[in-house]
Amino acid sequence: MPIIPQASSAAGRVDSVFLFIFVLCAVFLVLLTAALIYFVIKYNRKRHPRAVDIEGNKWVETVWTIVPTILFLMMFVYGWTDFRYMREVPREAMVIEVTGRQWAWSFKYPNGKQSTELILAVDKPVKLVLRSADVIHGFFIPAFRIKEDVVPGKENYTWFSPTQLGSFDIECTVICGVSHANMLGKAVVVPVDEFKEWYFGDETVPTPGRTIPTLPPEIAAHPAVNVLNQRFCLTCHSFDGSPLVGPSFKGIYATTQTVLDSKGNAREIVVDDDYLVRAIQDPAADILKGYPPSMPKTSLSEDELAQVVDFIKNLK
Amino acid sequence: MSYLTEGRRKGIRSWILSTDHKRIGVLYLVSMVSLFFIAVLIGVLMRIEQLTIETPMFEPQTYNAFFTVHGVIMIFMFVLPGLPAVFGNFFLPIMIGAKDVSFPRLNLLSWYFFIAGTGLVVASLFTGAGPPDTGWTFYAPFSLTSGTNVSLGVFGAFVLGFSSILTGLNFITTIHRLRAPGMKWHRMPLFAWSLYGTAWIQVLATPIIGITLLLVIAERLFGIGVFDPAKGGDPLLYQHLFWIYSHPAVYIMILPAMGAITEIIPTFARKTIFGYKAIAYSSLAIAFLGSLVWGHHMFTSGMSEKANLVFSLLTFIVAVPSAIKVFNWTATLYKGSIEVRPPMLYALTFVFLFAIGGLTGLMQGALAVNVQLHDTYFIVGHFHYVMFGGTGMGFFAALLYWFPKMFGKTYNEKIAVFAWVPIFIGFNMLYFAMLVLGYMGMPRRYFTHLPQYRTGHIIASIGGFILAVGLVMFFANLVVALKRGRKAEQNPWGGVTLEWKIPTPPPLENFSIIPRIDDRPYRFNPEGS
Ligand code: HEC
Ligand SMILES: [Cu+2]
Repeated sequence: MPIIPQASSAAGRVDSVFLFIFVLCAVFLVLLTAALIYFVIKYNRKRHPRAVDIEGNKWVETVWTIVPTILFLMMFVYGWTDFRYMREVPREAMVIEVTGRQWAWSFKYPNGKQSTELILAVDKPVKLVLRSADVIHGFFIPAFRIKEDVVPGKENYTWFSPTQLGSFDIECTVICGVSHANMLGKAVVVPVDEFKEWYFGDETVPTPGRTIPTLPPEIAAHPAVNVLNQRFCLTCHSFDGSPLVGPSFKGIYATTQTVLDSKGNAREIVVDDDYLVRAIQDPAADILKGYPPSMPKTSLSEDELAQVVDFIKNLK
Repeated sequence: MSYLTEGRRKGIRSWILSTDHKRIGVLYLVSMVSLFFIAVLIGVLMRIEQLTIETPMFEPQTYNAFFTVHGVIMIFMFVLPGLPAVFGNFFLPIMIGAKDVSFPRLNLLSWYFFIAGTGLVVASLFTGAGPPDTGWTFYAPFSLTSGTNVSLGVFGAFVLGFSSILTGLNFITTIHRLRAPGMKWHRMPLFAWSLYGTAWIQVLATPIIGITLLLVIAERLFGIGVFDPAKGGDPLLYQHLFWIYSHPAVYIMILPAMGAITEIIPTFARKTIFGYKAIAYSSLAIAFLGSLVWGHHMFTSGMSEKANLVFSLLTFIVAVPSAIKVFNWTATLYKGSIEVRPPMLYALTFVFLFAIGGLTGLMQGALAVNVQLHDTYFIVGHFHYVMFGGTGMGFFAALLYWFPKMFGKTYNEKIAVFAWVPIFIGFNMLYFAMLVLGYMGMPRRYFTHLPQYRTGHIIASIGGFILAVGLVMFFANLVVALKRGRKAEQNPWGGVTLEWKIPTPPPLENFSIIPRIDDRPYRFNPEGS
């Protein structure tokens, strides 16, 4: 099927099973439709006013039970064989740990290197070990024909060997909240040398989550920045006033805002220390109007909490 | 005198307090079609959102609520009660020569459960932190942590389950106990057979979803950890329990539609059904085997490979009885004397669209291919071919077939055919585009899409709008007929089952003398009636 690239070792196999079933189905559908139309015309009441009553025919019925059964079993076997290939990881595969969280992917390589893009060496098999930090996600790379659910409390896996250079979309396929559709990523396939250079290069290891924008030094030095980054607050909150999934932290302190309580009643509040603590510790209690009720509960230590509150207070 | 005019009570109370199976059928019809149109409207809004992704018409959260509510209404309030609630209630007793179902008061109660459940779901939209956003499948743990009003919505679905159970219970007892003298099992019309298979699934499988949904609520309210992995629970257990019901539920939806088609095709071909027993027993085979294939919704969930193997195999086996039915319908046309009037046109459309639905199902049943197709638009396209092209089109065909009998009015046949054109074209544009998009990798439940899916989405959206226009025409025609239609004859299509042998519309007690049955059904007079 040329409508998407076949960029992995699994792709050709999946497509050939699909093609096999597709051709059989297309032939069947054409025959069926032709028969329906032909009968309707040929035995039209005007042309054929007397119906012939036929209650059944053992031979015909036996044939049309056995033939589809055989065809269906062939489809089953074909589908199963190639599926087995997709589940049997070759020994030399490099193991990459994938973490899905609302709403980003992150990847950790055997040497501890972390990345938000899946960097791969062409023609080198990889095994992806899939874990979730919150709800169920689905890890899907259409061009590679691989997909596996990412289930919290469980370790799933998939493997493949990329066969084409280029950059391919990673998509989340299990509804996981308001930004499900933005839980995208890239699998970047590069030549082996380039991969080695990247893999062994000593550029600072990026932490997962969104890259922190360059901040004025007095802000960047604040200990809360590290906390916010490590706890993934920055996937939803920005420092520069632009709303992401949640509101930006910039300049909210001491402003008046409208919040909805769990029954949906609106109320005005002033953003102060108490409110911030509550907003972080019990996000479901009050929902800022205009935003989805999607902030996860994160347990911060007393210290961390105080740092974050202090930081927001001073982010003018 | 007919059931529409007789009775002790007057006005609205004569309907909402009636225990007459025919009136209850009509109550269901009116409530379900209204809900159907609400869900169609939401569907149209979703197609608008996909057209306007650069300057989105709706917020992401709103879109997530849209597909959840669209799914909940369409599944739990339209296709699931579907043909049994409307045509089963109305025609099952008549077709087997009974005056009513076994438990008329329970039958009315089932409608009240339906309305109560619907009310709860509607309430969940406007109270608390807003409409549920989990999709109609309510997968844990997202359904446990979502801040939206999931508990109330889920409780609504729980209550709706009782409606389904009571209907099933009623049909099983009615078929066992109230068949007219001489109506042996093999003399029953095949619509009754399909309702019988369905009723068993309703009674046996619905309690499983009931308890599962209750567990979700308990988990949200009291924090018990059955499904929440953070508390040692198992999210896959939720999926198993959900699909143990919801896959057989697919057969609750499709079997009665197949049953209705099996009534319509012989009538318009004026000859007996080809392979009566094969069809009757394939209904039961589908009901039984269909209860064992739920795992094919979970091939990529990380379930064991053995489970994958077995579920895939069973999935291909359950396709056999479905294929047999398609062959039987086609063979029934052979050497018939066929007249394609509106019910027949929609019945033939059912066969075509259902075939596509079934064939795309084979593709997904193959494990290797399922990996690519699971949770994409391919699935969405596939189940719309089955649920809408199948059950929906079956419902429309049944409505066109029995409408004159139910209301004593004829509709405009030309407009019914005319409405078919946009329905057929729009339907295939919308859902075939989805099949292609799905193979390309477009995931379901996305409020937006990547550029490579643009063309497909435009085609799908335009198709969706055309389809919606067709649906409005279709139902407007029937509403007008209720007001202004000519009086219908007793037997406008030349049918031979019992409902065509009593006056139109049927009298309150159906039969003044219970008929004696001494022959198989579908015995047409070859000379024409
Ligand atoms: C998944 C996205 C997400 C993550 C991750 C997230 N938040 Fe939020 N946050 C939101 C949303 C959405 C709101 C607004 C709705 C509400 O009030 O709950 C919000 C609101 C807030 C507010 C109230 C802001 C105001 O203007 O009223 C504070 C403070 C806050 N978050 C802090 C945090 C901290 C600290 C973290 C990390 C521990 C964090 N958030 C992680 C989405 C997120
Ligand atoms: Cu996700």
